[in-house]
This record gives sequence, structure tokens and C-alpha cells, in this order.
Amino acid sequence: MTTNIFRQEFKMHLRSVITWSVSVAVLILIYLSLFSSFAEQAELLNEMLANFPPQFLTAFGMTGVNLATVLGYFGFVFLFAQICVAIQAANYGFSLVSVEEREWTADFLLAKPVSRTHILTSKLLAALSGLLITDIVVWIASLLFVNLFRAGRTYELKPLLVLLVSIVPFQLFFLSVGLVISLLVKRIRSVTPYAMALGFGMYVLSVFGDLLGTSILETITPFKHFEPHYILDNGAWDLPLVLISVVVIVISVVGSYLLYNRRDIPAVV
Amino acid sequence: MSVIDVNHLTKYYGKARGIIDVSFHVEEGEIFGFIGPNGAGKSTTIRLLLSLIYPTSGSGTIFGKDCIKYGPELRQEIGYLPSEVFYYERMKVIDLLKYSASFYSQDCTQRMQELAELMELELNRRIEDLSYGNRKKVGIVQGLLHRPKLLFLDEPTAGLDPLMQRKSFQLIREENQRGATVFFSSHILGEVQRMCNRVAIIREGRIVEIADIRTLQQNNYKKVRVAAGDLDAAYFDMPGVTNLERHDNAVRFFFKGDINAVMHKIGEITVSDVTIEEPTLEEIFMHYYE
Repeated sequence: MTTNIFRQEFKMHLRSVITWSVSVAVLILIYLSLFSSFAEQAELLNEMLANFPPQFLTAFGMTGVNLATVLGYFGFVFLFAQICVAIQAANYGFSLVSVEEREWTADFLLAKPVSRTHILTSKLLAALSGLLITDIVVWIASLLFVNLFRAGRTYELKPLLVLLVSIVPFQLFFLSVGLVISLLVKRIRSVTPYAMALGFGMYVLSVFGDLLGTSILETITPFKHFEPHYILDNGAWDLPLVLISVVVIVISVVGSYLLYNRRDIPAVV
Repeated sequence: MSVIDVNHLTKYYGKARGIIDVSFHVEEGEIFGFIGPNGAGKSTTIRLLLSLIYPTSGSGTIFGKDCIKYGPELRQEIGYLPSEVFYYERMKVIDLLKYSASFYSQDCTQRMQELAELMELELNRRIEDLSYGNRKKVGIVQGLLHRPKLLFLDEPTAGLDPLMQRKSFQLIREENQRGATVFFSSHILGEVQRMCNRVAIIREGRIVEIADIRTLQQNNYKKVRVAAGDLDAAYFDMPGVTNLERHDNAVRFFFKGDINAVMHKIGEITVSDVTIEEPTLEEIFMHYYE
């Protein structure tokens, strides 16, 4: 790693990190603040939900949600946090290297006395640090607001912690897959559509998987590998599925290093 | 000692031609001109040597070391000014220069200040607010601040006003006198003629000529202009004559060979005016492109 690149990259991420962290924290705050009113009429709501078509509930991640319990409700909230964090991580992954090529600054950086391996490592660590800041904010917000708005109801701490920690490999999936895709294509003109497509696309896949009842899609999407309700109900990760994520992450990262070290940096013509 | 050695370097971008079988070497302490029109492969050659892109075949060494394998180490001693300068838009000039300096092992602060002053750079402006010419100045400063032993200048003066052009030429000469080897790419012949010792001419990806600037001008061609009453251009049509044309009352042509042949011809007629001179590099250059 090269500290000057790390520092520079971290500075460039900082504003985005703060924006995402605050947004996700506010989202958690708003949803959790509604818990007490939901919980009071939970029986009524659960009854009402039962009357909805199951496809509808699946589409919004509400199958088997028990809004009367703190964790049942939080699992539903956490799904939205996951979508945000997925798009954020994908965004960093796609832009990590491509931003230098899009804005033609790669010639400046790569003509410096550093190897590409060092550059990529520094950039990855800077992005990871940014994501970790978001994680810490999400963790604090979750624990704080769950305790603040639980309306006197009790919950088990362990499943909640296991769920909160799962956000790290979940992000790594989107970061590394975004990165390797950005190195497989010739040029990324705009990062946002790619990040949205990957982040949101994976969510849609998991919904389709539920709707169609096929387990094939489960193997692809991290929204299935790290499904909040599974983790909260079992107090543990769904290990075989999590392993798929880990394998994808390892392949993507190794592939990224290989591709970046052989890449022809495009020039202005 | 050769500072740059290029051996049969070839680069294809997919099917598109970059450069084909380019070989040359640059000696320590010289200013080596690299000249050709846009798209001939000048930037491709430089970017290959900096391992920004990788060759299809062939190789290059810098200071005797392979330019890919020892790239990071070699670039410690290399300064590079790209033809198009792009920097992190939201950074201030001073931050960009400090960032640039932070990659080198020596302390560059003093040299950076000197250069910035010389180029009249406003250090607290943001890159995004700079004009093209001012960006180019940032490029020159960031390329020189670590006192490199080898300079790659890719059309260094494009976009600079004449005063700044002269200053940068002066600067490049000083760097050269200090001992730096300079690889100077350009499509402007005048500046190559003024700056360089030797020149390579590249055309459609291939080197067509490598020569001393002087020999290129002296040994090859003479530019002859003969003014006479009603002279027919065909009179001078003989071996060694090219670009023969009649213009106003004069016949003009280039001649390569024993100049006495031309003197004899001229001696046989009555002329009102004769000039025989060295062609400019421009004219030689055009010749290579026909």
C-alpha cells in the first residue's frame, strides 16, 4: 500500500461516505420510530398483511414478518438498509479504477513510481475504510434506535449483532464484483447506472427467486446469502450460501488484480 | 550509454494499428526529437515506454532496464508531460503538486516553488477553473519537480502563449544542460529544429528516418530557385530533381546529388537570379509524407 494514494482516495470518498452514512442512519431512524405505533396494532396489521396476496408481500420482503416483535420489524427495515449499502458499495467498486480513465487522470497516476498492484491495493483499502465508516454508523444507529423505539418490548441481542456484522461481507460482494466488471469492460461512461443495476438488480433477483420459488436464484444474489429474516430467526448465517459470496469475492478480487496489471490505459484521441 | 533502447516495438489496439516494428535508441544527454503527424504513433510509443499500455511484441529498455519489469523503479527518474493534461478537477494546484511530489523519494518542495514561480502558476486555484494553457503549465511543473534524469515531453508547448513557450523551451534546455535526457515529441517542426540534436520521423506507425538534424538538412537536399526570362521548367528535369515547378518567373525544385550538375545547367542559360539554400525541416518533412 502507498499511504499518499490511500489518503488522496480516502479524501475523495469522504463526502460520499458521509452522505450515504447519514442517509442510511436517517432511514433506520424513520422506520424504527414508527415501530411503537405498528406494534400497538400489530395483531390487526399482521391480520391485514395475511390478507394481502403473497406475491405482494414477497415483493416487499414482508413474507413471514412479524411486526409485533422488535427483531421481526427490524429485519424488514434492514432490507432497505441493505439495498442502500449494496448500491453504495457497487458504486465504489465500479468507480475505483474507471474514474481515473473516465477523467483521464490515469496517465498522471500511472506515470508515478508505483506499481499497479500498489495502486489497486491503496484504492481498495481506501474504499473499504469508507464502507467501514458507513458500517459503524449503521451499527450505532441500529443499536441506538432499536433500544430507543422498542416500546418496552424485549429482544435478543445476539441475532441482531450477527445480522449487523453480515453487512461487511455483503458490501465486499458488491465492491469486488463492481470492480471486476469495470475492468472487464472497455470503458464506463457513467458509474451510477451500473451501480444501480448491480445493487438493485440483485435485490430484484432475490424477489423473483421468492416469487418463483426457485432456489437457483438464491445461489447468485447476496440478498439471499444474507437474508435478514433467516439470520434473525437462526441467530447465524446461512453458511453454504455465505460461502458462495466469499468465493465470488475472492475470485473477483484476484481477477481484478490480474486484469488491472495487464490493462491498456486508454488515451485521448 | 543509451538511455532509451527500443527494439522492434509493435502495438496493435485490437486490429487498429498503433506502431509497427519501431526501433531506435536515445543517448544520454541528448534532446531527441520524435516527429510525425497526429495519429502517427508518437504518444503510443511514449505510453509504451511508461508501461501505461503493453506492447503486442518487441521491447524497450530505459537506463538498461526493461521498461515494464522495472517500471515503478524507473519512473522514479522519469518526468512525463502528456499531450493532453488532465488532473483531479476538484484539487487545488498546490495540492496536486504536493501529491505529485509525494511519490518521489527526494524533497521536491523548493524546486516546486521555483518552477511554479517561473511558470507564473497561481497555486491556490482549483484545477477545474484553469484554462488549457494553465493546465499545461501545471503539467510542466509536475513533470519537472523531482529533477528527473529522463523527460518525456509529448507536444509540450501546445496551448501555451509564445512567451510561455519560450520559457518552457528555456527550461527544457536548462534541464538538458543539467544532464537530463529529453525525448521530445512534436508535430511542429520549427521547435524540433530549434531544440533537438537528433530526430526520428514516424509515419503511419513506422519509423521512416532517424538522423542528425544537421545531416538531415545539409546532406540531403538543396532548394534551388532560378529566375530567368522565359525558362521552361522541363529544362531542369533530370535525375535527382524533385518537386519541379514554375512559379511566376522562376523555376523551383529540390535537388539531391552532385550540385555541379545543376551548376552546369544554370551556367548554360542567362538568369536574372539564383538562390540555392538548405530546405527547412518542414520541407524535408513534407517530402517524407508524400
